[in-house]
Amino acid sequence: MRSPHRSLTRRGLLSGTLGTAAMLAAGGALAGCGTKGAQQTEAGCKSDDLSGTEKKLAFSNWPQYMDVDEKDESKRPTLDEFVKKSGIQVTYTEDVNDNNEFFGKVQNQLAACQSTGRDVMVLTDWMAARMIRLGWIQKLDKAKLPNVEANLLTSLRNRSFDPDSQLAIPWQSGLAGLAYNAKVTKEIRTVDELLTRPDLKGKVTALSEMRDTMGLLLQSNGHDPANFTTAQFDDALNKLKKAVASKQIRKFTGNDYAPDLAKGDIAACIGWSGDVVQLGFEDEKIKFVVPESGVMLWSDNMLVPNKATHRANAEALIDYYYDPAVAAKLAAYVNYICPVQGAQAEMEKIDPDLASNPLIFPDEAMLSRSKVFMALDEKQEKEYETKFQQVIGA
Amino acid sequence: MSALAHVPAASGQSSAPPPPPRRGRHRLLPYLLLLPGAAWLFVFFALPLLQLAAASLYDPAGSLSTGYALTWAFGNYPDAVQAYWPQFARSFLYSAIALVLALLMGYPLAYAIAQKAGRWKNLLLVCVVAPMFTSFLVRTLAWKTILSDNGWVVGLLRDVHLLGPDGRLLATPIAVVLGITYNFLPFLVLPLYASLERLDPRLLEAASDLYASGWQAFRRITLPLSMPGLIAGTLLFFIPATGDYINAELLGTPNEYMIGNVIDSAFLVRLDYPQGAALSFLLMAAILAIVFGYLRKAGTEEVL
Repeated sequence: MRSPHRSLTRRGLLSGTLGTAAMLAAGGALAGCGTKGAQQTEAGCKSDDLSGTEKKLAFSNWPQYMDVDEKDESKRPTLDEFVKKSGIQVTYTEDVNDNNEFFGKVQNQLAACQSTGRDVMVLTDWMAARMIRLGWIQKLDKAKLPNVEANLLTSLRNRSFDPDSQLAIPWQSGLAGLAYNAKVTKEIRTVDELLTRPDLKGKVTALSEMRDTMGLLLQSNGHDPANFTTAQFDDALNKLKKAVASKQIRKFTGNDYAPDLAKGDIAACIGWSGDVVQLGFEDEKIKFVVPESGVMLWSDNMLVPNKATHRANAEALIDYYYDPAVAAKLAAYVNYICPVQGAQAEMEKIDPDLASNPLIFPDEAMLSRSKVFMALDEKQEKEYETKFQQVIGA
Repeated sequence: MSALAHVPAASGQSSAPPPPPRRGRHRLLPYLLLLPGAAWLFVFFALPLLQLAAASLYDPAGSLSTGYALTWAFGNYPDAVQAYWPQFARSFLYSAIALVLALLMGYPLAYAIAQKAGRWKNLLLVCVVAPMFTSFLVRTLAWKTILSDNGWVVGLLRDVHLLGPDGRLLATPIAVVLGITYNFLPFLVLPLYASLERLDPRLLEAASDLYASGWQAFRRITLPLSMPGLIAGTLLFFIPATGDYINAELLGTPNEYMIGNVIDSAFLVRLDYPQGAALSFLLMAAILAIVFGYLRKAGTEEVL
């Protein structure tokens, strides 16, 4: 028997749904006109500190950025020590894999002045600068950070995005410079060699992190990455463009250059000191080079975002990691540049080899050749990033 | 309406009409059954799509800190095309080449599994599906190792002089197209297999009884009968392959970047939301146009 009402056909349903969706779309688009600005101010977005009553802390960090026990990887000696000493329970999460992705993860909450559920997060300079610019980061109380005040490396003070060192405290630092695999190619000394030497054609990678690659290129042109003009940036970018067009540069990478360099698929690259130190332990033919024109110094910084409710606990943690003895234990595991003065002396007790490694404890000569990329405003950031992305292909 | 009028007349005076609540429930039942799916689609597909449509018309001068105003900036679309048409063209080119390669490999494979494999059928099917048990990313990374400059594949190709002494596969368009072909092949093979499996061998016997050559039998019987699977398979292959960016990212260089890479960078790196949204919509529109054109030409109702 035929159904007494109009039967529901696939086509009918489809067109009905599409029609309704289209109408909703038009109406909704009109209703939801644009987005609100993400800019926050200290007065507009106040955060309560419940540290007095809640002895806990949520800490977001990058993978393999914390010392673990040699026998039991689930134990983190320095962090456990902090918990024991302070009585503050730390929830440690390794959920930062990429600055941009992490930004995408927290931006909606922070733009709306809501809690991200994190008390401390570790992000690279430029992302820290962006978040500070947007007013998303809480100011720390310097009186509670005596170790930081005493022990932060001089070259990491006075950074343009945080001149008083009370918004972003370096967790670990590192250099962006040149690296090569001596099994595949002979020594490389300068950025220009990397970009033009014919035997390296197609066997070179550069970092997709604009500040690192462009900072090195600016320096190779004799310009200062901490203070440059648009014309100087364009000059450096043209140099990069030529190297891409001549197929000298094979691709732009994040951390993924490391296995390719070890395999010899790429002979030389722009890379990070920490990766290269670790590769060097396995294969001494992998070498890091500080180019004569200068090298980029970057840091990953501990930030306390707005609406994090345990600021005082976070300050206790930050200060704890600026105790030279603690910093040395951490540096012995992660092999990046230790931002804590005095840790080198402590490292002598743990591992004298590491203490004399200039890529963990750089000497004055090296630090004097290192630069921190200038803080960009929103317009510059978009302009430079767009130009750079066009050259690197996206 | 005529049916509705007919019902009470037919039941006559003898019996009472059926109780109305039951009929009401019956009428609503299909909609109730659709409700969970429709709600899901609405919240996770229609609403985000709407948001994306609005974002594509934001004022391009807006920024994260000041916010974006909806100014119906239709100019975002031509601007995006002008800036990134090469990546668009490349996306369609690569996925089309990969589709042809996949058809050349996938059709015989599906046919063999469906018709000739005998007791090996299930094992072969598992072989096709098994790689899907691992992550897409892991599979693509494995290709990086396979095609490595110092790997045996490149070594062999150099030895037989198909590649020059300095030749390489990684970081070339070849690697990207091969990666796409490999990664999406199962999406093509499985629907094809489903169609070919139902193919009645007696039809082919009849064809040969009627003096059809092998090729004629294939063209007049096998191919038409496998059309639904072929169409579903090509669509399932082509649509994700065109939007893919992992293969270009891992196996290619900036010169091989596809439109997916550009959209990824627009949203995550450059924070140019209007342009990213406009590019996403253009990609969707282009794919829809191709799909509808294809379906019209192929003339099937089986897929939609």
